[in-house]
Amino acid sequence: MPESSVRLSVRKTYKLYVGGKFPRSESGRTYLVDGDNVSLASRKDARDAVVAARAAQPKWAGATAYNRGQVLYRVAEMLEARRAEFKALGVKGSEVDAAVDRWVWYAGWSDKIAQVAGGANPVAGPFFNISAPEPTGVVAVVAPPSLIGLVSVIAPAVVTGNTVVVVAGNPQAAVTLAEVFATSDVPGGVVNVLTGHAAEIAPWLASHDDVNAIDLSGVDDGDLATELERAAAGTLKRVLRPSSAPDWTADPGVGPMTALLETKTVWHPKGF
Amino acid sequence: MFEYAPAPESRSVVTIAPSYGLFIDGEFGEAKDTFKTINPADEEVLSEVALAGPEDVDRAVAAARRAFEGWSTLPGSERAKYLFRIARIIQERSRELAVLESLDNGKPIKESRDVDLPLVAAHFFYYAGWADKLKYAGFGPDPRPLGVAGQVIPWNFPLMMLAWKIAPALATGNTVVLKPAETTPLSALFFADICRQAELPPGVVNIVTGAGDTGRYLVEHPDVNKVAFTGSTEVGRAIARSVAGTGKKLTLELGGKAANIVFDDAPIDQAVEGIVNGIFFNQGHVCCAGSRLLVQESIAEELLASLKRRMSTLRVGDPLDKNTDVGAINSAAQLARITELSEIGATEGAERWSPECPLPDRGFWFAPTIFTGVTQAHRIAREEIFGPVLSVLTFRTPAEAIEKANNTPYGLSAGVWSEKGSRILAVADKLRAGVVWANTFNKFDPTSPFGGYKESGYGREGGRHGLEAYLA
Amino acid sequence: MTATATSRLSGLPDSASDLRTFLHGLPGVDKVGVEARAAALGTRSVKTTAKAQAIDLAIRMVDLTTLEGADTPGKVRALSAKALRPDPSDPTCPPVAAVCVYPAMVPFAAEVLAGSGVHLASVATAFPSGQAPLDVKLADTRDAVAAGADEIDMVISRGAFLAGDYGKVFDEIVAVKEACGSAHLKVILETGELATYDNVRRASWLAMLAGADFIKTSTGKVPVAATLPVTLIMLEAVRDFRERHGRQVGVKPAGGIRTTKDAIKYLVMINETVGDDWLDPDWFRFGASSLLNDLLMQRTKLTTGHYAGPDYFTLD
Repeated sequence: MPESSVRLSVRKTYKLYVGGKFPRSESGRTYLVDGDNVSLASRKDARDAVVAARAAQPKWAGATAYNRGQVLYRVAEMLEARRAEFKALGVKGSEVDAAVDRWVWYAGWSDKIAQVAGGANPVAGPFFNISAPEPTGVVAVVAPPSLIGLVSVIAPAVVTGNTVVVVAGNPQAAVTLAEVFATSDVPGGVVNVLTGHAAEIAPWLASHDDVNAIDLSGVDDGDLATELERAAAGTLKRVLRPSSAPDWTADPGVGPMTALLETKTVWHPKGF
Repeated sequence: MFEYAPAPESRSVVTIAPSYGLFIDGEFGEAKDTFKTINPADEEVLSEVALAGPEDVDRAVAAARRAFEGWSTLPGSERAKYLFRIARIIQERSRELAVLESLDNGKPIKESRDVDLPLVAAHFFYYAGWADKLKYAGFGPDPRPLGVAGQVIPWNFPLMMLAWKIAPALATGNTVVLKPAETTPLSALFFADICRQAELPPGVVNIVTGAGDTGRYLVEHPDVNKVAFTGSTEVGRAIARSVAGTGKKLTLELGGKAANIVFDDAPIDQAVEGIVNGIFFNQGHVCCAGSRLLVQESIAEELLASLKRRMSTLRVGDPLDKNTDVGAINSAAQLARITELSEIGATEGAERWSPECPLPDRGFWFAPTIFTGVTQAHRIAREEIFGPVLSVLTFRTPAEAIEKANNTPYGLSAGVWSEKGSRILAVADKLRAGVVWANTFNKFDPTSPFGGYKESGYGREGGRHGLEAYLA
Repeated sequence: MTATATSRLSGLPDSASDLRTFLHGLPGVDKVGVEARAAALGTRSVKTTAKAQAIDLAIRMVDLTTLEGADTPGKVRALSAKALRPDPSDPTCPPVAAVCVYPAMVPFAAEVLAGSGVHLASVATAFPSGQAPLDVKLADTRDAVAAGADEIDMVISRGAFLAGDYGKVFDEIVAVKEACGSAHLKVILETGELATYDNVRRASWLAMLAGADFIKTSTGKVPVAATLPVTLIMLEAVRDFRERHGRQVGVKPAGGIRTTKDAIKYLVMINETVGDDWLDPDWFRFGASSLLNDLLMQRTKLTTGHYAGPDYFTLD
């Protein structure tokens, strides 16, 4: 066999990420994105992703906050390690750095948000009364295309104990991030990534009875956003609306986390 | 037998005018149409009230918009003093307001007097104190009001729901247009008078009375920045749809089908009280009512015997009698719904029981009722009845109790009764409900956030959390 | 059938450890809940005819009491005379249920009360502390009965109860009950010293299981005497005990009940907790002294239509 000076590279197949596995779309469809054939998720893939997210949710929420923080920190480590790969996808090095830093920032919130968002309530009576945040459950996320945007919508959802079904804005970056999750001790089903068209998949998620919240950050079509918000009203889902000009580099504050948290208030009498 | 003689609270402390207009821009004014509000205990007309149409709502929103600039830029400490003033006036006029509330709503005077009114005043006191401390509330260094809040409240706790809506809105610098429920408009109109007595700037609070359409004009009004609604899940859903795409901030406090879980090691006598309070308080017209009793099978018989004995001492009748425990059903429509669902319960095979209890001839009445032998498949175990009707189900293990408790699209409240601390905490952890009462039920406090999971709505009222709904 | 099985079926414990298991297996009491319930019952409004009926019933339930070191035959005779005719100016005013005195004072009360139908109660068993050997307590009891008392108000050994020695408390009650002969036994739990509502419920059951005819809250000699929540728990106990054992036991709150308003709250509580069966002097008593005059003043207000003054009622 003759020696060749140019080695033929092995290309990556961009598949979905559902329940910790990388399946192709059940529909068998792909679409071309920047020269790659990417799985084109269908409504049934969305349905499967919700099942996976729901199955993973109680255990993920039940893990200690310390443990979730550790797992998320591991994600940051793996993200850092794939810096070159993201750059190869066209993401600027500074954005990858920002994404890693954002992830680390959120990892640290796991065991602090409950103290910031909850606390004892001084009720006028002989009662112990405490409010504590709890994850809302399964969150559908229509993600913005940038890596920093993607990280900024996934991290606040999962650090608080939710599980997510992400409709990717940038398929290759999202699937690569999914590979980071797959190698970072994130339990299967906690993050699920669908590539395809938001207009096709998101309405199924918005109207799905077993989805608790929907983040429309990546929806840039106003009519679609309204349609999704209206569909979400069917089961009174929590809705995060797209901001007109999101600045993903700004300090996000605790808002993205508290929007996906429920407040549970527990009363108990005090007496001998 | 020791019979208590009638002990009616005097009606003379309250003077109800024959008619009321809309309260817009600090003035009462006429509307084209009117409707009558009646006393549900005897069906007598109490007053004739203006029915706000779209142009009236327009005027109210415009008044609120005009008032917003001044109100939102007023120093927080000044806004606080207005709210403190309102709180004090409510305390001073509390007996008058309690009697009024019982007349218009049908609730027993002992509840309007000892529960509603104290909580109303306390709510204004609580949020008054926040008005100049908002930057410490954890919503950023410079939290801003949203603008005009359109608020629609239900008939079950008319003045209390008004307080829950108006107090935080005003404290945070918003102005409001509030629509009270069709069947209970009067206490909101008296509150308008309190605003005048407090010399609140015109337009800061506007009251538009009317029915469902009035509410719809208000929440759909393009110049409203914030919508707050308490009421049924059906209407909440419709509001969420109509608000979609408008960018209005929305909070909803909707229906419930709370499980009240009694374990075999519960403090039984107090649990019985908690069950009674959970479902018969305010005639069961309570979104967080403990309408599903989940009792551990091993003590079900004993507990039900105690419950029935206790129910036999409930005094149903004249809401103004100080000894009345269960008053009138708020409206003919509500009575029809309770009656219908109860008949369905019986048809579906659940066993119905009510204590012997003479009901007045006139007015809307429903005897306290329990259904035993109810399963999750029964409609009375799934649908909100919003009346004095309790569905009793049994369970065998804590896991089964939690599973049944959570097996509903609602998630507003829940109760747990057990003397074992670790069990209480573990169960409370797993219940998907915004308020969990352990070894107590139906307790409310201005400092304690209240609101639901799932289809019981979103947002919290009360406490620091309650400010978030009115801040950007 | 074994002895144990027999006692289990009858519900009577047959050993100290069984007793402990039983008492600690009783449902707990939530303090906040029971106090809220008692307070709610206290808000009932009892007026006009209902009030008149309640006042007469309350008078008939009074154990008119004097338990002072300074008690003398003269004081006790006067008190007994008042028990028979609380309001000398009004013959329709009923007599009280009983006079309650120290054992040494029993003969002087008996002189006045003999044949009247008003009972004569005596505290015994080293009242109020109960800190005496059992034989002294039994002798105390026998002497009081011999001197004419037909009701004995004994105290339990709170020390033994709090030390967890339920068997000792049980045995003492059984022994005193035997010493009472035909006299009725009221067992004073001294709830103010038991400190928790759980203990009140346990002590109530312990006393009933040991044979008490009445359970009574307090001696009146410690800072916390009868309260509505404590009485509520005791009423629930007698109700549940009858349900289980078929025997009705009476309840006597004592100490601190001074006004008609207070007394009516207790009657409302009976009415709505245990019902008619206990609305009777045979099954409910007030251990009190100054209460009677307030009842009389309120009674006079109702009959005359104007407010009464203390100078118009006897201070005996």
